[in-house]
Formats: sequence, structure tokens, C-alpha cells
Amino acid sequence: MIDFNRHPSSYRHWQLQLDGEVAQLRMNVDPAHPYQPGYELKLNSYDLSVDMELADVIQRLRFGHPEVKVVVVASAQERAFCAGANIWMLAESTHPFKVNFCKFTNETRLSLEDASRHSGLKSICAVHAACAGGGYELALACDEIHLVNDNNSAVSLPEVPLLGVLPGTGGLTRIIDKRKVRRDRADVFCTMAEGLRGKRALSWGLVDAIWQKSQFTEKVQARAKELAAQLPHKSNKGVSLPTINGKATDEHQAQRGFAYSHVEVAIDAGKRMATITLHGPKAAQPSTGEAYEAAGPSVWALQCMRELDDAILQLRFGYEEIGLIALRTRGDRAALLQVEKDLVKNQSNWFVNEILQQMARTCRRFDLNARSMFAMVDADSCCAGVFLELTMGCDRVYLLDDARAQLALGPLSDGLLPMTHGITRLQNRFLKDPSHAQKLAKEQPKMSPGEADEQGLCTFLLDPIDWDDETRIALEERASLSPDALTGMEASLRFGGAENCDSKIFGRLSAWQNWIFTRPNATGEEGALTRYGAPESAKFDWRRT
Amino acid sequence: MSTVDLEAKIPNNVGLRDNKRLLMALEKWQPAFLRWWKDVGPSDFNRNDIYLRTAIGVGQGGWAHFDYVKMPDYRWGIFLADPVADRKIHFGDNIGAPVWNEVPGEMRNRLRRLIVTQGDTEPASVEQQRMLGHTAPSLYDMRSLFQINVEEGRHLWAMVYLLHTHFGGDGRDEADALLDRHSGDADNPRILQAFNYPIDNWVDFFCFTTFTDRDGKYQLASLAESSFDPLARTTQFMLTEEAYHMQTGENGLGRIIKRTAELHAAGKDPQTEGAIPLEMLQRYVRHWASASMDLFGGEDSTNAAEAFASGLKGRYREGDGIYKDPKALQQSYSLEVPTSDGRIETKDIPLRRAMNAVLLDAYIADCKRIVERWNRELEKLGVSFRFSLPDHKFNRHQGVYAGFRFSPEGKLIDAATWEAHLTEWLPKQSDRDYVKSCMHPVYERGKYANYIAPPSQGANNQPVDCEYVKFN
Repeated sequence: MIDFNRHPSSYRHWQLQLDGEVAQLRMNVDPAHPYQPGYELKLNSYDLSVDMELADVIQRLRFGHPEVKVVVVASAQERAFCAGANIWMLAESTHPFKVNFCKFTNETRLSLEDASRHSGLKSICAVHAACAGGGYELALACDEIHLVNDNNSAVSLPEVPLLGVLPGTGGLTRIIDKRKVRRDRADVFCTMAEGLRGKRALSWGLVDAIWQKSQFTEKVQARAKELAAQLPHKSNKGVSLPTINGKATDEHQAQRGFAYSHVEVAIDAGKRMATITLHGPKAAQPSTGEAYEAAGPSVWALQCMRELDDAILQLRFGYEEIGLIALRTRGDRAALLQVEKDLVKNQSNWFVNEILQQMARTCRRFDLNARSMFAMVDADSCCAGVFLELTMGCDRVYLLDDARAQLALGPLSDGLLPMTHGITRLQNRFLKDPSHAQKLAKEQPKMSPGEADEQGLCTFLLDPIDWDDETRIALEERASLSPDALTGMEASLRFGGAENCDSKIFGRLSAWQNWIFTRPNATGEEGALTRYGAPESAKFDWRRT
Repeated sequence: MSTVDLEAKIPNNVGLRDNKRLLMALEKWQPAFLRWWKDVGPSDFNRNDIYLRTAIGVGQGGWAHFDYVKMPDYRWGIFLADPVADRKIHFGDNIGAPVWNEVPGEMRNRLRRLIVTQGDTEPASVEQQRMLGHTAPSLYDMRSLFQINVEEGRHLWAMVYLLHTHFGGDGRDEADALLDRHSGDADNPRILQAFNYPIDNWVDFFCFTTFTDRDGKYQLASLAESSFDPLARTTQFMLTEEAYHMQTGENGLGRIIKRTAELHAAGKDPQTEGAIPLEMLQRYVRHWASASMDLFGGEDSTNAAEAFASGLKGRYREGDGIYKDPKALQQSYSLEVPTSDGRIETKDIPLRRAMNAVLLDAYIADCKRIVERWNRELEKLGVSFRFSLPDHKFNRHQGVYAGFRFSPEGKLIDAATWEAHLTEWLPKQSDRDYVKSCMHPVYERGKYANYIAPPSQGANNQPVDCEYVKFN
């Protein structure tokens, strides 16, 4: 299994310095330790190994250091803030890896924005020297960008002119939708390999402040303190996140699946299918904020979501050919709903809030899987609360018409677990009848299979005598379809209604970047990405599509 | 042949009189340039009459005019080498196509950056050297210093001409910025770090003109091959002026060596006589040679490959047809690369990516010839000391050798060995203090400071004791 666990004591690429309300995070990528051998991470360029640590930093700041209100993101290297994603890594990677890498980095940057929005943790990006491509996209994910005003420091998105691809981590979307840079200026900026410096970067809105080199550190730190003073104090004592350790089900055959304490993944490589089984709380869970803090990170709501998070990443990076995920749930519905009631009751507690935010992020990561997802709600199911949310995140819901297979909406379904595009899964499901979504969210009914079908919560209600056959056929049929067409179709159907900045980032990535990545103009023998750094220049097929 | 307009406010051979828009832009820039010269140019000598060479044309021989002139009145002009009819691109991907007289759109930003980076070094060196007049070892040397300063100023004009002519509003902004940045300014420094340290003694100055100006020569020579014809023609003419700067350095160091060697031959201790010991000078040579090699950029460089492929920068003397493969696609370059476990590996990289290394090789060969000339002089004087150029891997802060320790002979060593030999290899504080203590001005006609021998001949066939600088 791929180890996504990281710990500050063994970071290779980042330096985290904690000092009260303001933390300093410095990128200092060790060129000699890429994710895979074959390239060097020069000029603070990054790959998955660098981003895994960044994801860990953000998680640890949120859970482990609630006293931190502002994190200043800077570079420890003189010659570059960050040169972006490592081009040699991209050129060498398989297409699926590239896409999953981009998706992971997007989720990491969104978690930084999510922390700003929901955890009172703001970020200031302090940029000196070159800040190119993914480097600027990291800056864009921060709340403020401060740039050294000298001849060398520039922000840029050179992907189009240099590599013939697009910025893959939300750069195009964020300059327009987040920073609201005027579209014509954005057009100029995105075709200018060297980017913009100083006053023009500021006046075009690509950065928030510019400072002379000699005053830079002082000004940035002063701003960080000023920002921190405006934010409420959460707590001085954090919760230390332990590693998430999945174990191969059969130690001789990792491809058979893996399991955690609340999450199991069974792999059927022949059918290109994985079954994820989620387990509800078994032991008693805390009922107050203080009790949650005392109990720490092993509480069910947090542990289960972190495990599911890891399982999703394992499937994405380690099981490319698994095209279909069947979702099953197990456990006690009442106990699960009680947990959620207690979480909602105590959501003003910082730790409870973080748990709720983690649940929301994991559900979104689940929605964003580029795999077909079918929920199988059978007699032993625990289809309630967050498990019902995940069920509604699936492309189809198969429900067994058996009195034991009850569905129960919980208190989190009314907006605490928003989808990437900002609406609830109920709203997303009932676009034609918003009042129905509203009614269900308010009343939080417990439903028999028949009632659930009536309320529109299942795709097919199956008679027990048909269950085995119908589900088998559905799964086999799905697994036979074109994986590319399915990815596109599912991404189009899963997210109904209006888009927002976050959903555009993923939508644009799947629709445009993934297409461009596979085009000869980028990755063909004479393509710009292939030819980057090669002796010969790229040759394009000039036909516009 | 282009027409030279010497009567104009800005002497030129680019038909400025008929290009009103450009004329206006340059005339607007001119006062800012003069302000810059007075503020950060040579300190305190602007009222003196100096025997200077002024470019008045570009023809073979007779392009220069010598006379006494006050530096602020120097006629900085714009001169391009004469165009070659039907010149074709002679290297890279576009080989055989006509050269460009206008900047191709897709190359505009890259080319602008190239010109700005080159242009930035010209005023930077003037700023670095601004205090040197106060310790000139003779009027002859003072003249040489100011000659170099005004010509670096003219090179700035040459780059500004290109920026104003071919790069629109951005080009004009960049031209202004060339005067706004200042060497060593904490907030607005010169682009290349090597140009942000003051040159405050004449040993450093002669080393700088020998080694760092020679880097300039090779950079200019690679631009002189450019497919962008105005750039090629501008830099071709700059090279004729640059030759004098390097000669000043080589001869200056040669004269310091000669003085010390003569004292040796007479059985005297150079240091008690106020001359510069040869071992000390060798340390300065190591420092400046290695620092100048850093200016060539990474040995394995995708930027260098791009610049070659697109026809912006050629190899040294590419146009003379000395390279077998003008596309540089068939060959590779063997680069010595240090490994993390303390070995040196030979790695073959595509030749185009090694263009900086190729240019550096030509530079090193050139530097070796200079060192040999000094050594021949030492041999003639019966002194056994011999100078050597440090290996290209020694004391590097850019490129593949940065971060590793090498001896001057090019042996990979550990940090402890490096520390133990540091003061033996590179100038130490006591060297700097001693050199500084030798720096006393000699303004008397025909007299020379104690650490330097007189030149073998004067400037422009004038006598050695000519009054090159008249103090009014």
C-alpha cells in the first residue's frame, strides 16, 4: 500500500515553525528525494511526495495547532519560491497518475481555502524570486499574496506558452473567479512565460501587496499579526493525528483488498470492481465538546472519515483499473445518528468543528472519484446520516425491499456536508423540486425501503428474489463500458445546478486539461510537453478543435 | 554602408533623424541617463578633461576618434555594424531562412529578457567602479578606467536603442528600469548578483576586466550570431570596444606581475616594497575566474537549448562555420557530474542543452592563453612562480558543481579539506587589507604606483607619460 502518512519530524520538503498565533511554513524541496526516482526536484519544484507533506501540514495545523490563526507560506530557497509541478515528473508519468496527482494537489489547495473559510486559519503567501505555474497556484490558494518588489520576483502561469498544457491546479479558475482579474489581462498573463513583476502584478490584481526587499519580511509578519488579531482564539491545546494504517486483507496478496478499523475495501480485479464497506460506531461516543477533546483523534467520526479518505487515495493511485466501486454500510443507525446530533450540538467547539469539516471534505473527495459508484443498500445496511450522504453521492442506489433495510436522514444533510459546488446532496438530487429537498432535510425522516423509493432516494427498489441477479448484471454491465466515456459522463451528471470556483477547478481539469494532456500537441512525440527541455522545439498540429 | 550622423544630438548610423518616434523616445531617455551618470557614475572626475576614444563610425579601422573630453560631454552614440546583404539564419531550427529585422512575436518576451539582462550589466559595472578614480595608480590607468566606463555607458545606449526600437511600451519601461536599478541596492539591485559588489581596488578591477568582461565578450559573441539582425549587428560592434576592456585587464595584471617579478629578480621582498605577492595575486585570479564562470549559467540548461533552437543565441564564432553540425542535433556533450556519494560521473547530454558549457569551454581556452602569456613573462624574468587557472569545477555557485567542493585542480573534496585550504586558495582578509593598503593615487605625469610597472606603450601611440587626464 502507498503510505500517505507524513509527520513533521521527517518532512523532507517543508519546514514548519510554530510560534503562537502565526506559523511559518517554508518550502525547501530536497531535490534528491522525489516520489519516484528518475528526476530531481530542482528550484522548489514539487511532485506527489512534496504535496503529501503539504497536505499533512494543513491537517496538522487544523487539528494539532488550533492556536495558529495565520500561516505564512514562503520559500527557504533563495533562487525560487516555487517553480511549480516538476516537468520531468509530468513528462515521465502515465496519464492516470498525472490526473490523480493533479486531483490530489487540487484537494490539498482546496483544504487550505477550506481552513480559511471554516477553521479561522488564514494564509499569507510571501513570494520572492520565481513563482511559476503550480507555485503561483499555491499562492492563489492562500488568502493573500505578498510579492517582493524587485527585478527578479515574478508570478507567472507559463504552462500555455512553455509546455502547451494548462495550469492543472486551478490557476486559470482562481485568477478569474477568486481574484477576479479582468479577463483580457488574464489572457495576457497566461500567455506570458516570464509573468509579471512588481507594480503591474499588483495593479492587475495578481498579488495583494508588494514590498521592497529590505522591508519584506517585516511587512509580511506585521500583516500576519494584524490578521491574527482579527481572528477569534480557538484553543491552545490541539489533537495530534496518528497515522492511518490500512492492512492488506491477505498479506500475500495485497491486490485482494485492505482494511482499517471502520473501513474495508475488497478488490475483485477480474471484475475490475472494489467494494467499500463502511462501519458505524461500535463503542459509545463522546457527547460534549470537552469529551471529544479528551477522547482525541480516535473518535469514530474522525477516524472513519480519515480511513475512508486514505482508502479513496489508495484506490486512485494503486488500483487504476478498478472502474467500479460498490458502497456498502454496516452498523447501528441510531448510534450513528446520535453521534451526528452530538456533533451538531457541539459544533461551536473547535475540535468538533474540525471533525465536521473533515467529514465534509471526505464526502467531497468521495464525490470526486473518477470511478463509477453504486450504493448497495441491503438488509444489514446502516444507511443513515453521513453514510446516507455517501450513498447519495453514488451514481446509482440499489435498495433491497426488505423491512430491515431502513434509510434515515441525519442532521448533517441540511448543509453541513456541502458538495464541491456548494449545494447539499439532497438539493443536488432534487433540482427539479427544491422544496422536496428542503422538506427532507428539515424532517430528517426514517424510511422503509418503500418510503425511500417514494421519496426518490433510491434508483431501483429490488425484490429480494431479484437482488442477486439484478445487482450482478448492473455491475457487470457498468464495468464493460468505456472508462473514458464513463468518467466524463459521471462528472457531468454528478454535479447538477450552478458551478462555483471549486467545482470549476475540477470540471475544467477533467474536461480541458485531461484532454490537452492526451493530445499530440502536448504529449505526442513532437508535443510541447514532451519536447520541453529537449533539443528540438515542439511541432504543432495547427487545426483548432 | 550605413550613413553616420555625427552632428545629431545622439550620434548614430541608424537614421535616427528620420525616425521621429524613436528620436523622441531616446531624447526623453537621454537626460535620465545623464542624471544617472552624474549620480552614480565615476565619482568627482566629471570636470576633468580626459583623453578618450569616441566611436564615430563602424568601418574597419578609423572608427574611433581620440580627443580630450569631459565625461558628461562624451558623445554616446548608437552604432550598429553594417548589415550583410541577404543574411540567412545559420544555426538552430530555422536555419536557411532570412534573418529577422523585426522581432518575431513568439520570441518577444524571451528576447527582451535577454537584452535586459545583458544591458543591465553595462551600467552596473560603471556603478561598481565609481570610486576607483580616487586611487588610480597613474594617469594612464585612470584614462583606461574612464574609457571603459564611458564605453560601458555606450553599450547601455546600444541596448536601450534595441528596447526602444523593437519592444514598444514595455521596452521603454525596461529602458527606464535599467537606470533605476543600482549595484548593491538592497531593494533594487542589479539583476546578476556578481554585479552588486563594489570594485574598490585596482587588483579587483584588473581581474574584473580580465575575467568578468571576458564573460561579457562571450555572451556578446553568442548574441552577435543572433537571427535577430539588429541585435547581431549591435553586439558585433560592441565587441570591438570590449576588446580594449579585456586588454586593459590582462595588461594591468601583467604589469603588476612584472613589477613583483622584477623585485624578485632584484632579490627584494615584494611585500615590504609595497608590491603584490604572486601567490596573493593567484588567489585573486582563482576568485575572479571562478566567479566569472558562474555567469555562464547552468551547464545543462533547457533555456540554453531553447535559445539555440530558436536562433537567439549561437555558439562562439558559429558564423565562421567552425562547427560541423549547425543544427546541433546529432551530437551530445559529455558533462562531468558529481554524485551525492562523492564520485564524478560522465553524463552525455544533448548538445543543445549544453550550449552554456560549450560557450564556457571557449572562454576557458581563452583564459588559459592569458595565463600562459603571464607565465612566459615570468620565465623571461627568471622567476619560477607560475600562474594557473582554477579548474572549472572549483568554487562554483551556479550550475552542476554548485554545492560541491572541488580543489583548484578539480578534485572532489570534503568540507573539512575545503575549510583547511580556503585561505590558501582564495583571497583572505589579510590579502584584502594589504591590497587596500597599496591603493594610493598617483596623479603625476609619467609616474606609476609602486605595485605596477609602466605600460610598454601609451594609448593611441601617445607617449607613456602623456597627460591623459587634465585636472582643471
